[in-house]
Amino acid sequence: MWNYTDKVLDHFHNPRNVGKIENPDGVGQVGALACGDALTLMFKLDENGKIADVKFQTFGCASAIASSSALTEMIKGMTLEEAQKVTNQDIAEFLGGLPEEKMHCSVMGREALEAAIHNYKTGETTMRSVGDDPVICQCFDIHKSEIVKLATENHLTTVEQITNYCKAGGACGKCKADIQEILNSVTHTEAAAPKEEAKPRAMTQLQKMKLIEQTIETEVRPLLQRDGGDIELIDIRGNEVVIAFRGMCAGCRSAHITKQLLVEAKLKEFVTPEITVVEEGEA
Amino acid sequence: MSRLAYLDNNATTQVAPEVLEEMLPFFKEYYGNPSSMHAFGGVVQKKVDAAREKLAALLHADPSEIIFTSCGSESDNTAIFGTANAMGPGSTIITTRVEHPAVLQPCRKLKELGYKVFEIGVHGDGTLDMDEYKAALSAPGKKLVTMMWANNETGVIFPIKECAELAKAAGAYFHTDAVQAMGKLSEVNVAETPVDMLSLSGHKLHAPKGIGALYVRKGTHYNPFLLGGHQENGRRAGTENVPYIVGLGKAAELAKADLATDEVERIKRLRDKLQEELLKLPDARLNGSLTKRLPNTLNISFEFIEGEALLYHLSDAGICASLGSACSSGSLEPSHVIRAMGIPFTAVHGSLRFSLSRYNTEEDINQVIEVMPGIVDKLRKISPFVNA
Repeated sequence: MWNYTDKVLDHFHNPRNVGKIENPDGVGQVGALACGDALTLMFKLDENGKIADVKFQTFGCASAIASSSALTEMIKGMTLEEAQKVTNQDIAEFLGGLPEEKMHCSVMGREALEAAIHNYKTGETTMRSVGDDPVICQCFDIHKSEIVKLATENHLTTVEQITNYCKAGGACGKCKADIQEILNSVTHTEAAAPKEEAKPRAMTQLQKMKLIEQTIETEVRPLLQRDGGDIELIDIRGNEVVIAFRGMCAGCRSAHITKQLLVEAKLKEFVTPEITVVEEGEA
Repeated sequence: MSRLAYLDNNATTQVAPEVLEEMLPFFKEYYGNPSSMHAFGGVVQKKVDAAREKLAALLHADPSEIIFTSCGSESDNTAIFGTANAMGPGSTIITTRVEHPAVLQPCRKLKELGYKVFEIGVHGDGTLDMDEYKAALSAPGKKLVTMMWANNETGVIFPIKECAELAKAAGAYFHTDAVQAMGKLSEVNVAETPVDMLSLSGHKLHAPKGIGALYVRKGTHYNPFLLGGHQENGRRAGTENVPYIVGLGKAAELAKADLATDEVERIKRLRDKLQEELLKLPDARLNGSLTKRLPNTLNISFEFIEGEALLYHLSDAGICASLGSACSSGSLEPSHVIRAMGIPFTAVHGSLRFSLSRYNTEEDINQVIEVMPGIVDKLRKISPFVNA
């Protein structure tokens, strides 16, 4: 059995604000039967623009029901501006915490709220323009933007955490490599942000060159070889690393993304954040 | 908390009091090593032999064909890897899509190691696709078939006698995982069914967890899995787990006695009553064949409501049941068995399994029948997919 808090069990057994509202101002629907959980949230505003009434209907496990119920209690009386600031963390905290594997229930709550507010403002029932936001996880219909948002807001760094928070990668698992790539780019951006400047490690140029070689050997090459590609280390000039892609990677249209998200990210992580990577020819 | 109705016997069973009593002396006064060259160990050896005879009697096997293992999973792994080793890479493994992970994962591992692996599908009622099976048997070269006797999630029974005969005709080895069928079906009988190997597990049979066995027919090419000792005639190293072996022997004796009475019929009547009453509830559907099914198992879906929420409410009412499969709870993917059967997505997440044993009574069944309508109603009221 899951280690649910008393508050989760209370909201599961005695869910607050179950049902529908006549002529609601905003309706948000997320999830689907096939995914194993789904939530419909609707609200009505009073004359001051505050949430006067909110109701939910949920198909899902004990913590999905509890998260939905908790959300309705939290946002009642809030303005939409205030409600918009509620995060999935807030929902989980309100319940005294959720098991890591069940965090996706709190995420579903926040998503339904977002969808309902969007519906109120625009009248639209769907939030995404699919064209520039590709589906990453086909099984649970999770788009790239959701993964980026969750990773940033909750400081998630592993594929397993992403699965716990939105289920992406939790069924067939085919998209795990794509999720990892997104995580790499998110961590890359976070690391590049000026908030915490990592101190360059003091090492000799020789030590640095050895470390670069070793990192490419153990962290980069196996990943490329899995897809039939390969990498060659051409030169190291100070912090500039010159490489060439081989095999399937040579001439691949995504090679520049691989260079940035994989090669450069790994070298920054394992050697020094000052590394830049250039391809042979562009150097 | 109300009285406990334990209806999760395909997950594990209560140790029979007679079994425990038989075991206890081997934790206390009879602690000798059966391999020792003194009478103190010799007494223990006799008890291990007696347990082997009792288990052999349940299976209609020769005692020398029984190897004690630590669990059903070890038996499955030993049979599959041992035979695959003997056959060599490049040979063929035929299994089904609905096997227990203890069979599926070794098969998938062998696929990585260069074996050809066929996973045979099932029909909507969970019964085996015989045409696909026959086609797979026509593959050239050495072959091993590994196929469960009865499914742990749905209770659906495969025609093992027919399948084993077809395998023999095609020159294939045949292993069956009989963990769920053992003690529930009198046709689990190796004298009448030409299987080469058969796995079973103690804790599904009212023996404790941590003991299993593998039947290996005389003359079967077999490579031991655990090396390092002469025990079990050199076929499984490791000092015998004497108290548990004695317990499994007693459990086999009790199971054989049950099969000789109308006990299985009594369990089936209780299951059928539960099934009849639960199917009256809105949007309920039975998963698995109505007829080719273990007498103790009921797998039922309630569309538009979710299984975990059902289980929590049942648990509050003192009722232990299970989602599709205990092995995949915690995983987000719906049960591979239910999906292989093509059950609609509207129903996969609300599938529950009730499984009975000799210790269940009419009172247990009535307890479920009494609370279930209220629970289903409560969850349907919350569900966005049900129109009030």
